[in-house]
Amino acid sequence: MALLLLQLFNGISLSSILLLIGLGLAITFGLMNVINMAHGEFIMIGAYMAYTIQQLFQKLLPASAFGWYFILSLGAAFAAAFAVGWLLEITLIRHLYGRPLDSLLATWGVSLVLQQLARQLFGAPNVAVKAPEWLEGGLVLSADLILPYKRLFILALALVCLAVIYFYQYHTRGGRRMQAVMQNRPMASSLGISTRRVDAQAFAFGSGMAGIAGCALTLVGPIGPTIGTYYIVDAFMVVVLGGIGKLIGTVAGALGIGVLNTAFEYTTSATLGKVIVFSLIIAFLQWRPSGFVSWKARALD
Amino acid sequence: MRNQKGMRVMLAACLSLTALMAGCGAQTAGPSESPASAAAASPSGTSAGGKEDAVPVGILHSLTGTMSISEVSVKDAEMMAIEEINKAGGVLGKQLKPIVEDGASDWPTFAEKTKKLLQKDKAAVIFGGWTSSSRKAVLPVVEQNKGLFFYPVQYEGLESSPYIFYTGATTNQQIVPAVTWLLQNKGKKFFLLGSDYVFPRTANKIIKEQLKAEGGQLIAEEYTPLGHTDYNTIISKIKKDKPDVIFNTLNGDSNVAFFKQLKDAGISSKDLTTLSVSIAEEEIRGIGASVLEGHYAAWNYFQTTDTPENKKFVEAYKAKYGKDRVTDDPIEAGYFGVYLWAEAVKKAGSFEVEKVKAAAKELEFQAPGGKVKIDGENQHVYKTVRIGQVQADGQFKEVWNSGQPVKPDPFLKTYPWGSEVTKK
Repeated sequence: MALLLLQLFNGISLSSILLLIGLGLAITFGLMNVINMAHGEFIMIGAYMAYTIQQLFQKLLPASAFGWYFILSLGAAFAAAFAVGWLLEITLIRHLYGRPLDSLLATWGVSLVLQQLARQLFGAPNVAVKAPEWLEGGLVLSADLILPYKRLFILALALVCLAVIYFYQYHTRGGRRMQAVMQNRPMASSLGISTRRVDAQAFAFGSGMAGIAGCALTLVGPIGPTIGTYYIVDAFMVVVLGGIGKLIGTVAGALGIGVLNTAFEYTTSATLGKVIVFSLIIAFLQWRPSGFVSWKARALD
Repeated sequence: MRNQKGMRVMLAACLSLTALMAGCGAQTAGPSESPASAAAASPSGTSAGGKEDAVPVGILHSLTGTMSISEVSVKDAEMMAIEEINKAGGVLGKQLKPIVEDGASDWPTFAEKTKKLLQKDKAAVIFGGWTSSSRKAVLPVVEQNKGLFFYPVQYEGLESSPYIFYTGATTNQQIVPAVTWLLQNKGKKFFLLGSDYVFPRTANKIIKEQLKAEGGQLIAEEYTPLGHTDYNTIISKIKKDKPDVIFNTLNGDSNVAFFKQLKDAGISSKDLTTLSVSIAEEEIRGIGASVLEGHYAAWNYFQTTDTPENKKFVEAYKAKYGKDRVTDDPIEAGYFGVYLWAEAVKKAGSFEVEKVKAAAKELEFQAPGGKVKIDGENQHVYKTVRIGQVQADGQFKEVWNSGQPVKPDPFLKTYPWGSEVTKK
């Protein structure tokens, strides 16, 4: 029983990680239709920001302040990824709208460049990040059922990010403008919205979200130049399966893949479990090509 | 959008390619250092004297690409050995001239560069390689050209070539004694966890036969794809099965995820013994000593190995390449491989491959990790086996050693159950 609950928790926990890495992509790929192969590298930027901030804390501040570094890292990761995203949009992506194949290749190139840059800056081997004390250990429900605080934190973080994006998209000026531009660009433009600026903002926002995901991932996995490549496939899967353009679809995609993946992995093996999940995704997309949640919008006509 | 379908197809193709690349990336065990300094350290051996008399010596490691992380530090150690030998007057009065080639983490490149080193540069010997794939690619080329190749990394055994010298451990010098030690000291119930490729699968095949023969019990055998990062489900299985020992043959980055998540799940090295065979000092730096503290690894050499030769070796290595660098097993094996070859040449009184090979039989050398000896039958090396426990500073504390160098037995002929492994 405890194991069953633990497995359920593992599934939801994996879903929360998938959601976190999928959220940024739901904006850049889902809303804007940019196939950004460098999305994983924004995750990497976030992860290295966590490492950098930690180094600074260890060198400059007393040990008692160390626990706070992670909170600051989240902000820094968002800011750094946001800035690089913005830069990338105005220098490259902007010229590639409506040319999916070109943008795919160009961003792939960008991803290789960013990886090499990370190698130059931080060295090729992995770097180690120490989690803050308050995230060590776990919530002990019974001897067999321990929920690690890190996992709970990531779960909460994913929910907060989801809420923020939801609020931004539907309840702020900037978000509504973004929606308007994505749905009907000429109309939005004729109403006086600077669509170029909105594009840059949206892309940078999606990138920033990836940065936060990267920061959170330092708690569970390795931090190296190729960290992004591990997650980018999953991120695209989540968004494609969920249905392009709707937030709720991303949530459904993440939950579906996460829970099924852990369930199959438990009953079979890691490799076979993944094969089964991927086969199911392919079958599902044959049946419903637009994913869980389809969206009738002009952008997709 | 009209071209959405084409877009999807391209996306799918790219994603699968990326997944593949991620898989390769995972092999990057841990070892060290940026490629930048690799380029800086290229051929420099021909300093003192005897320029025309210099003997070309090939060094073939991945200086770029995914394996550069591991191989650059081995190349550094080999360059250091060559430099030391040259300073001491060279071999047979001749200076060694290292020719450094980049295998670029690509197996066909390894084969091609080997050919180039042997045919064009007339290298008297080549030191290099890391992955079994690179060794397998080099093997036919050295055999055809009758060259000499020194390979410095522990591997899955079941191989012997008359033109390759294996200075890393074979299975009976690492895995088999580790299993015996675990059975005697830590318990009978084994959980085998490995990455899904050749080395872990071969290693586990051997372990399973050994467990059958020595009264152990196989609880479960799990493989995860290279680059796998979510180990919670595996940890659930471990919790359910309650093994005494986890024998870990995970490679590369997966180790980081596995050990972090094991710790988070509330399982410490006190609750459960894990023994790894691909985590050395270099890897510990990247995973974090606090996560690995108390866990075990089996090797032939640790930076803390207490011999006068090692003290000198570690000091020289750090003086040359930086205080924060560490030495580990493959680094040491790369280093003493150069010396073994030089000794063989001196004994043979010639650089000719056949003469050197004949002289190398039963040759001994006092390596940093203790005395090593080349086995006349299979050109592997007698080595002392060691098991160490990770300490808070990222170094190993040796908890057991074999006492004397162990005779290499790549085909496990000396074990009654060995035939079960080789016949399949």
